[in-house]
Amino acid sequence: MARIDVKKTYKLYIGGEFPRSESGRTYVVNDAQGNLLANAAQASRKDARDAVVAARKAFGGWSSRTAYNRGQVVYRIAEVLEGRRDQFVAELRASEGVTAAKANTFVDAAIDRLVWYAGWADKITQVVSSANPVAGPFFNISAPEPTGVVAVVAPSGPLLGLVSVVAPAIVTGNTCVVIASEAHPLTAITLGEVMATSDLPGGVVNLLTGSAAEIAPWLASHMDVNGIDLTGVTDPDLATSLEVAAADNLKRVRRAPEAPVDWLATPGIDRLTDWLETKTVWHPIGV
Amino acid sequence: MTTTSASTASAGVFDDITASESSLRRFLHGLPGVDQVGAEARAAGLGTRSIKTTAKSFAIDLAIRMVDLTTLEGADTHGKVRALASKAMRPDPADPTCPMTAAVCVYPDMVATAKQTLGTSGVHVAAVATAFPSGRAALDIKLADTRDAVEAGADEIDMVIDRGAFLSGRYLDVHDEIVAVKQACGPAHLKVIFETGELQTYDNVRRASWLAMMAGAHFIKTSTGKVQPAATLPVTLVMLEAVRDFREQTGQMVGVKPAGGIRTTKDAIKYLVMVNEIAGPDWLDPDWFRFGASTLLNDLLMQRTKMVTGRYSGPDYFTLD
Amino acid sequence: MVKVPEKATAFFEYAPAPESRSIVDIKASYGLFIDGEFVDGHGKSFKTINPATEEVLAEVAEADESDVDLAVKAARRAYTRVWGRMPGSERAKYLFRIARIIQERGRELAVLESIDNGKPIKESRDVDIPVVAAHFFYYAGWADKLEHAGLGTDPRPLGVAGQIIPWNFPLLMLAWKIAPALAAGNTVVLKPAETTPLTALLFAEICQQADLPPGVVNIVTGAGSTGQAIVAHPDVDKVAFTGSTDVGKAIARATAGTRKKVTLELGGKAANIVFDDAPIDQAVEGIVNGIFFNQGHVCCAGSRLLVQESIADEVMERLKRRMSTLRVGDPLDKNTDIGAINSAEQLAKIRELSDIGESEGGERWSPACDLPKNGFWFPPTVFTGVTQAHRIAREEIFGPVLSTLTFRTPAEAVEKANNTPFGLSAGVWTDKGSRILWMANQLRAGVVWANTFNKFDPTSPFGGYKESGYGREGGLPGLAAYLKGIH
Repeated sequence: MARIDVKKTYKLYIGGEFPRSESGRTYVVNDAQGNLLANAAQASRKDARDAVVAARKAFGGWSSRTAYNRGQVVYRIAEVLEGRRDQFVAELRASEGVTAAKANTFVDAAIDRLVWYAGWADKITQVVSSANPVAGPFFNISAPEPTGVVAVVAPSGPLLGLVSVVAPAIVTGNTCVVIASEAHPLTAITLGEVMATSDLPGGVVNLLTGSAAEIAPWLASHMDVNGIDLTGVTDPDLATSLEVAAADNLKRVRRAPEAPVDWLATPGIDRLTDWLETKTVWHPIGV
Repeated sequence: MTTTSASTASAGVFDDITASESSLRRFLHGLPGVDQVGAEARAAGLGTRSIKTTAKSFAIDLAIRMVDLTTLEGADTHGKVRALASKAMRPDPADPTCPMTAAVCVYPDMVATAKQTLGTSGVHVAAVATAFPSGRAALDIKLADTRDAVEAGADEIDMVIDRGAFLSGRYLDVHDEIVAVKQACGPAHLKVIFETGELQTYDNVRRASWLAMMAGAHFIKTSTGKVQPAATLPVTLVMLEAVRDFREQTGQMVGVKPAGGIRTTKDAIKYLVMVNEIAGPDWLDPDWFRFGASTLLNDLLMQRTKMVTGRYSGPDYFTLD
Repeated sequence: MVKVPEKATAFFEYAPAPESRSIVDIKASYGLFIDGEFVDGHGKSFKTINPATEEVLAEVAEADESDVDLAVKAARRAYTRVWGRMPGSERAKYLFRIARIIQERGRELAVLESIDNGKPIKESRDVDIPVVAAHFFYYAGWADKLEHAGLGTDPRPLGVAGQIIPWNFPLLMLAWKIAPALAAGNTVVLKPAETTPLTALLFAEICQQADLPPGVVNIVTGAGSTGQAIVAHPDVDKVAFTGSTDVGKAIARATAGTRKKVTLELGGKAANIVFDDAPIDQAVEGIVNGIFFNQGHVCCAGSRLLVQESIADEVMERLKRRMSTLRVGDPLDKNTDIGAINSAEQLAKIRELSDIGESEGGERWSPACDLPKNGFWFPPTVFTGVTQAHRIAREEIFGPVLSTLTFRTPAEAVEKANNTPFGLSAGVWTDKGSRILWMANQLRAGVVWANTFNKFDPTSPFGGYKESGYGREGGLPGLAAYLKGIH
């Protein structure tokens, strides 16, 4: 007789821990054939609130780490992901019904994307900072600093899209609250497990599964969130209402893309600079 | 404000500070720093004040009254000093309403000549002493130089500090020398010259100011006129802040004398604006502020004539010295 | 010599030194500048007054929706047919030409600015106008070097920029908006503030004098509804706004769901932090400059003084002594330090918040000063005994009113400084280098002035964190704000 396998319970990832939704709700996640794959936690507005608190708490420490260290941590996520690549390939095949080759392509790309962004940690500052030759006896430099807590509505695909929006936000020193793809929450939570074992401090990435339409408005209007990435919002009315809500405290908004995104293509630096503020410092030069 | 003599009040108040080299250094280096850019910007800002009509007339007469009419050349003659003294008493022979200058400033060997001409006019004789301008002589020679000038009739002694000692951090030596020279001055008032052009930083100017005030200086003076840069607006600003703060702390007033490089009425008015707004109106008096200058007086006189007559004057109408 | 005088022996009273206003020629009425010409608007008109005297200066057209539409159409035509395809080197020459004319007509612009705005002539003459010219010079040089700006290999303009500017630095804010927009190849529709339209209209004349192609710059005067029409216009590709945080939020809402690129430079409540080892005289000067420069009508004003407890009394004494030498009065007098409040409305707001400050227990002090009978005036004012909870420590007063708080440790200073929804600027005064850098890192503000305050330069990016807005003006980020695909 075959062994009964141990099914995994998919929970949320908040503040470095894996709690169930405070609402006690779950929703059914099916595989590509429509068979039950697992139950995922259905996050509530209170989970979103808790995630923002965790992200804010983590911001001070994470943003003040050296860029070198942040790069190391993100690279570590890639390493751990590489070690668990088979699990991701299996999850992708199960949930997407894709071929092994295709699943491998996406997992490879996700790992490589993390490595690519890890390398940016200590370079983006040099690319976008400046020494400003002001007309006076002043030392004057501008350099980027992280925006703060960023809410992210992740794109609908599994893994690669998620990694592509989260990595640039955190490698620049921000912390984030991510609403994972409603249809593909499982790889997101497994990615959370990777993060939890990758030297990433708790709270830097917080993953919520459930309905973006339900949770995103609470994040968009949250006064302790500094930016919001609408990449995964496909309903234009929802996108507009989120942007309107975001204006309450002038969140930086990355609008939903105009055309479908090819996540396999090498990105630009705009997802890094979206979550950076320019700080200019002046000091007199004298004896 | 209580009225006290600089010499009596300073005795005691600063004893703890001047007790040792280290306590003196701690005090001087504990004074608030001066940001060069900020200080220069403030001086330049005050320099944009626009002084017109009645204010300008007032300022010109005040500036004339504040001039220490100076000749400090190796080639000075008794005749030149007599002429200068006459000019100090009646700067504009054509206009009896023109005020006298504060003093004439000469080398010690010319004091007697100057005194003779000035008599009881009220114009003081100031003498540069203490191995002016370098100050490179032994203390007893400096003291002898000082006594010599006072005996010849000098009302005021302009001494130079030992910049070598100051720059190498031997503040107590500088202090004690000032105290000694002041004693040698007897009744004469003592102006202490820093040669700010050699002190290099505004922090040093502030420290030198406090050092001299604590040692009992009646006046602190920027320069000998022999070193460039001589007086500048920001250096004088820092010194005016020092005398203001010194009065705040001790109740005593000390005068300020910028010297060298002030040649035009426009410059002089900038200094007066600075005196007015930094130290305060109490210092707008020849007892508390002087200009060490030679050519400045003629420009003041030309501008004064312009204010009175309404037409521009020319150098031919004023004596050269 | 050893006696301290009982009272001043002499009183150096500065005689009036008014700058002549004959250099400016203010017309009785002004139309809108659209497509290179002054045209009548379709709407009503409004009066602009001299805030120092309440004298009516001119009648100015209030652009309505149809006027704005005409202006946007003119800008679009100019963009498509002329400016967007003109070689950068040619655009550069137009901008250099404008910069030169601004220098040549600098005194005229300065006097007009002071008359319409109420700011002291020494400030419009020595700060505003020279920096305006500098902005045009700086961005002129970028026009033919965009591909070297590190902003991508094929930087492209956005199209038509709608720009709305405030009344505190009328021509300077115009320069901050127009110079980078034009250098990048955009055309603009700009609305000056309702109370200060005159220098923008004189700038329109300068555009004519420079033979700038019609439609590249369009100036539409008006109030809030004119601004709304610009923001809402579907053919505007970029909205740049400097002004209040409330209006900034309204613009963010109005542009939600569009593809318009938006930059906002909004309010502030900057902390100016003085440590006990600060260069004290320069710090006092920096406090004064921080809050009384331009009557405190400065978004980045150092309106919250945080002073270390051990020197609080000394700093306050020195500050009060310094404030007593500030000269309040006729903006055209060359010796005036503080001019008129820009409008009756603003004066009412300053009065209201100051009264609240007093009723909440703050101790209010102003030097004795004779304020003119007519016009809008408010004396330089400092509050002590203020806590973080007081409204005057939280709300932007936008006037010559300083709130003073104390702190004991660097960490406490940072905590208090950052405890605000704003994040535009901050000041730090200390002689300790490593502390300056630590503070600069900790302060959540777009501009940190260390041992200086309120310095501006075209090469130096300016803009805020949090509710002080987003985007930067000045420097490379200021150029990127007018180019496609660059964030």
